[in-house]
Amino acid sequence: MTIAAEQTLTTLHPPHADAGDVDVSHTLDERGETTHRQTILPARGATPIGPRRQIRGTAADDTFNVVGALVASLAVATLLFGWITPMTGAVGWAVVAYLGFVLIYALLIALRADRLEVADRVMTALLYSAGSILLAALVFVVVFTIWRGAPALFGGQWLIRFNFFVETMEFTGPLDPLSMGGISQAIVGTLIQIGIALAIAVPLGIATAVFMNEIGGRFARFVRTVSDAMTALPSIVAGLFIYSAVITLLTKERSGFAAALAITVMMLPIIIRASDVVLRLVPGNLREASYALGASRWRTVWTVVLPTSRSGLATAVILGTARGVGETSPVLLTSGVTAVMNTNPFSGPMISLPLQVFDFVKSPEPNMIARGFGAAATLIFLVLLLFVIARLIGGKGPGQLNARQRRARAAGSVADLHRITRQNEIRSAVATAVVAPVGIDAPVPADRPVVATGEDDTSSEPLQTASDITEVIDPASLDSPKDLS
Amino acid sequence: MTNVGSDDLTQLLTPSEPERSPEADAAEQKPKIAARSLKAAPSVSDSVFRSASFAAGGITVAIMLAVGFFLALRGGEALGVAGPSFFTTQEWSPETQQFGIAAVLAGTFTIALIATFFSVPLALGTALLISEIVPPRAKSLLVTLVDLMAAVPSVVYGLWGVFFLQASVIPVAQWISTYFGWIPVFAVTGPDGARLTDASAFTSSAFIAGIVVALMVAPTQTSVMREAFSQAPVGEREGSLALGSTRWGMIRTVVLPFGRGGIIGGTMLGLGRALGETIAVYMIISPIFTINWEVLKTGSNSISALIALRYGEASQFGLSALMAAGLALFLITLVINFTASSIVARSRSGAESDG
Repeated sequence: MTIAAEQTLTTLHPPHADAGDVDVSHTLDERGETTHRQTILPARGATPIGPRRQIRGTAADDTFNVVGALVASLAVATLLFGWITPMTGAVGWAVVAYLGFVLIYALLIALRADRLEVADRVMTALLYSAGSILLAALVFVVVFTIWRGAPALFGGQWLIRFNFFVETMEFTGPLDPLSMGGISQAIVGTLIQIGIALAIAVPLGIATAVFMNEIGGRFARFVRTVSDAMTALPSIVAGLFIYSAVITLLTKERSGFAAALAITVMMLPIIIRASDVVLRLVPGNLREASYALGASRWRTVWTVVLPTSRSGLATAVILGTARGVGETSPVLLTSGVTAVMNTNPFSGPMISLPLQVFDFVKSPEPNMIARGFGAAATLIFLVLLLFVIARLIGGKGPGQLNARQRRARAAGSVADLHRITRQNEIRSAVATAVVAPVGIDAPVPADRPVVATGEDDTSSEPLQTASDITEVIDPASLDSPKDLS
Repeated sequence: MTNVGSDDLTQLLTPSEPERSPEADAAEQKPKIAARSLKAAPSVSDSVFRSASFAAGGITVAIMLAVGFFLALRGGEALGVAGPSFFTTQEWSPETQQFGIAAVLAGTFTIALIATFFSVPLALGTALLISEIVPPRAKSLLVTLVDLMAAVPSVVYGLWGVFFLQASVIPVAQWISTYFGWIPVFAVTGPDGARLTDASAFTSSAFIAGIVVALMVAPTQTSVMREAFSQAPVGEREGSLALGSTRWGMIRTVVLPFGRGGIIGGTMLGLGRALGETIAVYMIISPIFTINWEVLKTGSNSISALIALRYGEASQFGLSALMAAGLALFLITLVINFTASSIVARSRSGAESDG
């Protein structure tokens, strides 16, 4: 195979074969003699190297195609809507402009490329537009809510209406100005409910995820299937369940605690699913290393698996919280609407932010609707805040460290090294003291001096530790203490 | 190398094998350390951990079972009274024993299908964009944004739908009904069969609710599809590109076939979510209790909106009827979700770990 390849090479480059002072085919026959063989390189500098090809970024004609198609389509749509045809409406204009863009863009590319490339470019444009529509909708929903809620949130003497966040709606009617009343009872209610829900859902959810990953078995697979099915449990059904199981049987009245239980039912599967994914990412060799050191299952989970996936678990919990904060329909059935502050979750109705929004916008009064949007904007701020925290904590795989954590690990490692070295010194001193008088041909003292000299040099410390370990494992050295007894 | 070592170990650990290798015999000649039994009595902390995490899994399952159990228990009374007519009656007045979920069930599916119609192209495109086209840094940002979109509370989407979307969608709905009114679904007719063109006939329709629900389920579908696409094997991708395919050619011939399970599963998961959506639908539609096939026309209903609408004024029996409706919704979403997750799980390879 190699011979054939080399022969091809020589036939491809006859000048080099001639340039060599030995005939190449002759060398190949005498495989034993390798003195005259040499690597054949193509001649350098014979052909000029052209300009380096740009492989990143967009070429100028790509940019022209996109911009040109965009301008042309906008112009066509405006012409159609303004002058030529009696079509009206912003949505129609946007649709016509978009269709025009796709058509003109395809035409522009078809001028210079074949059918396959046209399909490629047009599909790429379509995928980009799908993503843009979805994200634009998200941005628009958020901005629209904040914009409509601005009168309730901002204004007055201090630019921000603090009364909206610290007062309740107890003495405020629908016709009162925005400088009166607030949503503090809803903020407090949300915090209490989500706190209770977290207190139940986090231990239960993470324990279930640990069960599915660390213990396994047929029942664990069943639990995974059930929790998968629970993620899409309709929220109103969760509310109905708590209503029938808790309110009609136990408490007999709507309360914040019942709402917290309903939120728990909604949050639990989200936390389980997200933690399950995170725990799956913990490398198996970390677990195996822990087991190999003799750690029990519980020790391994507590000191290896959970700390390794800490950031991912935190993200899972925060994402679950963000979903739980916004649940409206289970709270609607279980907690009841109130305008007064209630800090006792076990008695009386306790309103939460999403329910407060829902309650405000039922009123036809513009001030109440503005309050509703203000409360919705507060809710969005809360969710955004949770997401920013999740993004800061999470987004890192297990074992990925930032600079500070890396320094801490390095310092810890150095400390461990010192500790091990000290232990070795003590142990080797004991070993020589015990073994030397008895073992006549014991192998230990023979290489002790090497170890002793190595102790002065810090760079060879790991080597010394390794040799020490092999020595312990080595049966010969194992036998010698046995002879003693 | 590793195999040899482990074989040696098994030989060492099982000395009482029927046929003995010469090495084992030789080992028996001189007194050696007896093979240690691998079975260890679990420590106290271990057995506590084992039973505690087992209990956690059990509680999770118990909650799910309790949901079905309590709904069946409480709804049983109403189901017993209504009998099979529960699925065929269109009106809802438990006080007169005349109630059924035919109309609300039809409305639920109408809204969910409209939502799926709008959300699937968006989700598919976004998932392909994230997994195949954008650079890695933008990818993680986009994933976070899609997650954020899934976490925006439904009441906020409802507000947006009522106060903004409705006004801008009504002209589109009017246009569709004018030019495509010959298709029965898009026609908007009054009680006498005459065509309606007034804007007030187009408000609070299943069409508008469906668009809002589409935005709410699209993130779920996107993340399921994106995960399926990112698991398409690298070898086939590179093979396709090496054969001279364009990027879209690679997506069409490798990524989409490999991600088919994810597309179907994600679509169904989104459908299940759309069926159960409550608050946004409740805020937008104007509830009616007859089957309305004209999706652009005012008036629709869904099971969850019915429950949210009637739970406050319901008597004991009325509540039981609502529980029965909730049970129907629960079972429908359960079937759809189980099907969807089994499709997704079957298409997923190597991701299943049994610990």
